[in-house]
Amino acid sequence: MKIEIVKNILDANDQVALLNREFFDNLKVFTINIMASPGAGKTSFILETIHRLDAPSAVIEGDVASSIDSERIAEFGIPVVQINTGGNCHLEATMTREAVKKLSLDGVKYLFIENVGNLICPASFDLGEHIRIAISSVPEGDDKPYKYPGLFSSVDAVILNKIDLMPYVDFDLERFRKGIIAINRDAKIFLISCKTKEGIEALVEWLKSENPYR
Amino acid sequence: MHELAVTEEIIKTVTEASEGRKVKVIEIVIGDLSSFIDESIRFYFDLLTKSTPLEGASLLFKRIPVKLRCYNCQREFNPDETFLCPYCNSLGGDIIEGKEFYIDSIEVEDEDRDSEEHFRC
Repeated sequence: MKIEIVKNILDANDQVALLNREFFDNLKVFTINIMASPGAGKTSFILETIHRLDAPSAVIEGDVASSIDSERIAEFGIPVVQINTGGNCHLEATMTREAVKKLSLDGVKYLFIENVGNLICPASFDLGEHIRIAISSVPEGDDKPYKYPGLFSSVDAVILNKIDLMPYVDFDLERFRKGIIAINRDAKIFLISCKTKEGIEALVEWLKSENPYR
Repeated sequence: MHELAVTEEIIKTVTEASEGRKVKVIEIVIGDLSSFIDESIRFYFDLLTKSTPLEGASLLFKRIPVKLRCYNCQREFNPDETFLCPYCNSLGGDIIEGKEFYIDSIEVEDEDRDSEEHFRC
């Protein structure tokens, strides 16, 4: 006997994500899910951005292991909570929910969630964020949007970091751009360098304009 | 690795829907843009369903290729790695298929036939 089910397998995650989003909305905390491969510059991007936002911010750090990133953030007096996924390759809505309980979000205007460094798995899991950002970096190569369309098609903005390395690396910017536009023409594209600080101001202005609770 | 959590989710849903009956087939639809691998799900499924009514059920995966609606000419196409529309040669389109990830249906053993089989034994 055949039984029709037609049920989204990620339903349970999506339900919790919905609750998270309501929670963030009630507290008026603008939440940003940051996805990138290891070493693209997620933590550097978060620090550079928070320094310029001029508004209380907090961070959730997702890593398979260690607290290296959260210690870096905490050095600047920014509230941060570390999630160690213990091998899991992405964050899920329930992990976010648990982490948020350990943070005081009173008066916080921006919550950055640094996902586990990975260009595949995080794309499928809604955490309850308001916007999603993918970070790619010049040394990784210009082919990333073509190889990971699932992730690049799911984001509101793509940040290309380490553009100061452009003269030393064969990186075809036009090819990179086309790969994003092909599957996500609404995505904003920002070119930045956390090293030279180039492009960060424009990015921060955009983030501010996206935040309805500012 | 993330197939473990989703396999648990699949087992939960199928266990509820099958109401204790022996499950023969589970049909799962996966779009090529969703990041799940058939073999990984199968591996965890076999591991997690030992000695349950789901043990031995076959998993049928239906893969859905990516389909775009051309930004320019609005025609639908399955892109190759260039993402160029085969009709008008312009770049890209809105994703209309390829992000699916759901359990389509299951097949459970018929209760009537079960009892007949018992009788024959």
